[in-house]
Amino acid sequence: MAQVFAYLTHSNGVLDDAALELATAAKAISSSPATAIVAGHGVDAVAASAASIFEKVIKVDHAALSYPNAEVVRKALVAVIPQGSVVLFAHSTFSMDCAPGLSIKLGASFVADIVGIEGVEGSSLKVVRQELGGEVSTHVDVDISAGSVVAVRPGTFAPDEGKGAQGSVTDRSADLGDLSCERKFIEVQTPEAGDVDITKAEILISIGRGIEDEENIQLAMELKEAIGKGAEVSCSRPIVDAKWLEATRQVGTSGCTVKPKVYLACGISGSFQHMGGIKGGYIVAINKNPNAPIFQVADVGVVANIVEFLPVLTEKIASL
Amino acid sequence: MEILVCVKRVPDTAENEFVMNSAGNDIERDDLVYSVNEWDNYAVEEAIQIVEKVGGSVTVVTAADADADEILRREMAMGAENGLLLNDDAFVGSDCKGIAHILKGAVGKGNYDLILTGAQADEGSGAVGGMLAAMLDLPYASLVNRVEVGDGKLTVGREIEGGRREINEITLPCVLSIQTGINEPRYVGVRGIRKVASVEIPALGAAELGIDASCVGAKGAAVRKLDYFVPVKGAGAEMLAGSAEEIADKLVEILKTNGGIS
Repeated sequence: MAQVFAYLTHSNGVLDDAALELATAAKAISSSPATAIVAGHGVDAVAASAASIFEKVIKVDHAALSYPNAEVVRKALVAVIPQGSVVLFAHSTFSMDCAPGLSIKLGASFVADIVGIEGVEGSSLKVVRQELGGEVSTHVDVDISAGSVVAVRPGTFAPDEGKGAQGSVTDRSADLGDLSCERKFIEVQTPEAGDVDITKAEILISIGRGIEDEENIQLAMELKEAIGKGAEVSCSRPIVDAKWLEATRQVGTSGCTVKPKVYLACGISGSFQHMGGIKGGYIVAINKNPNAPIFQVADVGVVANIVEFLPVLTEKIASL
Repeated sequence: MEILVCVKRVPDTAENEFVMNSAGNDIERDDLVYSVNEWDNYAVEEAIQIVEKVGGSVTVVTAADADADEILRREMAMGAENGLLLNDDAFVGSDCKGIAHILKGAVGKGNYDLILTGAQADEGSGAVGGMLAAMLDLPYASLVNRVEVGDGKLTVGREIEGGRREINEITLPCVLSIQTGINEPRYVGVRGIRKVASVEIPALGAAELGIDASCVGAKGAAVRKLDYFVPVKGAGAEMLAGSAEEIADKLVEILKTNGGIS
């Protein structure tokens, strides 16, 4: 059985919660203990937290790893991971940057954004993925005979609560070799706050592609006015891409994280990147496509064209 | 700057309802409406804007069957000068790595300063760009939502979590995967498509590209789809039925109970 590694991300000296999910995922692949990898600069505390979850931890410490530039991290991983291994990542903007290239350099197979592990038989790892924005799913057979790089969607596995592993940390920094690369990290820019703070809203009327036209955004604004205090209009990514609403109104992993009392998802298909930004509340989904993935996660669903339905709802509320 | 943009013809999620085929091993693809992968339009637009600023030309390439001709022409109507179709029976069934391998063959046929892909396509892997870069030993940045051309290098912004942007300097030649929202892709009218209707699009196969057929296609694939399935209907949300008026009444009750409106 291939050796399993889990690459753990961290920020500001704190291990990301994804580590606990990767520990569970590793157990679904192999009964032998997985090895966690922590890369960075001055990461003893992070490595120590990793050792409370994983029995074995590899630490690589280097000034060039102060910021996780995917190109540099990839070189570090190639230096410490033996060929033929299974390497787990949490699917994220970092894994999308690092993992595909790593699979090439390790001569391993690659599978991204998996939402389930069905098991391993010999050199075959069977996983579940989604396609077409989550509208269909597939069982996928991954040949791991030459190793594999596997990116796991956050939330797929429950966090491993068996904390209390008293793992050992091995410092492999001396094995890193040349980490120079042709991509240089400059800085991280944070968005400027907008006039509207959707994170404080109690009722969010959130619109997606189903609004069809820029002028129809008025329909959502009218519903917001009818509800009044506590209500705000937010949106999914395509609305911001089309520049119909400002980026500060975007809900999702690449936008804001919100926790309203009620989330009215209007014409939003419900990609996991969007749902990743909703951390609670009662979800009402209105979508004309009965197969929209949002209906899998909403509390209540309505199959309707929002352009026709929203004015009806607005009128009802206005007449209260 | 010579720019190669890798594009893909995909089922349009806005125009289709996906159902299983009778064998249950794939979605029914016969009557699907196809279009250019959304991310790729942004990549082509970005390439055209770069060339408008600093000169050069844009080539669009796809590894697919001859049906993909239409999407190459659409992107050429946007302003890409050349199209390139990579088509061979040996390519059928390729996984991401197989596609990257085929594209690597196309890169070797030109002299490109910059190679762009969409950040992801219909299968949602977002893998081909990073694989291609690693195969070519070129630097790579994914999810790029800003590009500034410098001297022998680019300053690129990557979209990362929480609406933040990671700024990097990257040496040319390089590979970038482009995120939606980086620009506003130009409109392509029927007249524009007609203009490029008779432009010759070279088709290259495995032999012309110097590709070992065992690395590509179903035989070369380490990642194989076994079947497709749709989630069971009824799992998840409680679906409200009735007229629009009746449903709106129920939602008002929900907003009162859960949202605190009065």
